[in-house]
Amino acid sequence: MSELAHNGYKSGSNLERVLKAGHFAVTGELGPPKNHDANVIRRKAALLKGYVDTVNITDNQTAIVRMSSIAAGVLLIQEGMDPVIQMTCRDRNRLGMQSDLLGAAALGVKNVLCLTGDHQSFGNHPTAKNVHDLDSIQLVRMVKDMRDESRFQCGEEIPGGGPRFFIGAAANPFGDPFDFRPYRLAKKVAAGADFIQTQLIYDIPRFREFMKRVVDMGLHEKVFILAGVGPLKSVGMAKYMRDQVPGMIVANEYIERMEAAVKHIDKTDKKARAEAWQQEGIRICIEQIQQIKEIEGVAGIHIMAIEWEEAIRPIVEGAGLLPRPVIQ
Amino acid sequence: MIVGEQKPLAEIKQMLVGFRKVLVVGCGTCVTVCMAGGEKEVGILASALRMSTRLDGNAIECDEATVQRQCEWEYIDPLGSRLANYDAVLSLACGIGVQTLVQRFPNVWVVPGLNTTFLGMPPEQGVWEERCQACGECILDKTGGICPIARCSKQLLNGPCGGSQNGVCEVNPQTPCAWQLIYERMSAMGRLEHLLEIQPPKNWSAARHGGPRRIIRDDLRLPEDYRTT
Repeated sequence: MSELAHNGYKSGSNLERVLKAGHFAVTGELGPPKNHDANVIRRKAALLKGYVDTVNITDNQTAIVRMSSIAAGVLLIQEGMDPVIQMTCRDRNRLGMQSDLLGAAALGVKNVLCLTGDHQSFGNHPTAKNVHDLDSIQLVRMVKDMRDESRFQCGEEIPGGGPRFFIGAAANPFGDPFDFRPYRLAKKVAAGADFIQTQLIYDIPRFREFMKRVVDMGLHEKVFILAGVGPLKSVGMAKYMRDQVPGMIVANEYIERMEAAVKHIDKTDKKARAEAWQQEGIRICIEQIQQIKEIEGVAGIHIMAIEWEEAIRPIVEGAGLLPRPVIQ
Repeated sequence: MIVGEQKPLAEIKQMLVGFRKVLVVGCGTCVTVCMAGGEKEVGILASALRMSTRLDGNAIECDEATVQRQCEWEYIDPLGSRLANYDAVLSLACGIGVQTLVQRFPNVWVVPGLNTTFLGMPPEQGVWEERCQACGECILDKTGGICPIARCSKQLLNGPCGGSQNGVCEVNPQTPCAWQLIYERMSAMGRLEHLLEIQPPKNWSAARHGGPRRIIRDDLRLPEDYRTT
């Protein structure tokens, strides 16, 4: 099927429309619950609706079993929103993934983010097999070939045409080897990624250096790059991310600011400390967005406030990114 | 033993394009016994490479060497002084041997001449079959000494699937159904009741699913100053 048949859009998702109209995109994230309670999704969706252009639905994030990202995404569609379904290579082989992609498209999903997936040893089923039949780059290519060539991964034709997704991939500017990271991003672009969402950024100079290399390679002209940010919730969380989360760098400046935020609050007053931390975390996040917006090649921001969806509105509002554009 | 199979000559030649002097290095242990990469196979492959590349007009000079075990420092160290004379090494060891050479001699370009195929044994001369997948948590006591992890196409733990017919696997009629074999053996040994227990999901973290594996034996390790790695 030709691009023209779709008004020039690859999937016509809200995210694609916002980005192609030249707006600075804002995306959010929603973690499905560890049960089948649809109201959890609806409640979280209400905290995000109108403040972001699309919402990523995580796929068993940190390798903990949760409601399926596609099912949760469909609940979001019912709320009038535009989800990005995250799909990891950890739990399904190419048959399962393609089958789920067909199902997701049939239910109205228009964006998919292709990920490797956290290793199951970090989650709640550490004795499970992992699949990794495909890696994230191969998954991007498979979704692209389904859309643009109407072919399954095996080469067989998809009768009536393949599902049309706006295809996302992740990039981690903070993983090693640093020099290889822009090239890995280039491979994802060559494989067919339409947009990129980065790992959480808590080291702006390093992200700036990464983007400089990405821009020098001309990648920002071929793919929409959304910078990942997230509000810190406490000193403990900041230190945990610095010390325990693989592939994360948290600048000490932020940890010091979080510490200073509660310096004059009595240690026993846990409520006041939590509030002070949250306010400072949101303030840091807003400042980061303002700094990141000035970096060449950044097309939008991806705000990850998992289990703290209430923070999205003040962050987007504080960064001067409201109202969100409505594109017909 | 580790069972390997020689790659096609055309593929080996492709890996050696651009090299003039190559040392073909065999291994005297597993791949000698399975007749894929020992001294004899090194000699045959080196001759084939010399002849074939000469006919192509791109003659490669091939020398030969075989070490007792390509996966131990002490056996490969004597190669060190010779390697500077070559553009590349073609290893006929298993993948372990190739990587041992690379780790020991980081400036040398090493390519594999074998496909490392499985852990197995020869039930008859000229036939090798898979027997073990090194899953890290042996269950042979539960299955009468026949491994469904290595020998069942679906790695089933609670009996045969519906594709077991006339004793063979639906995936390949040359493959005996592991669960047919297990059933027969447990039956013959009077232990059929053990097959009625429901086997819970296996702990795959001990297999490669938990990431690359490592064993450290402090009772055998040398003091830090004496270690050679």
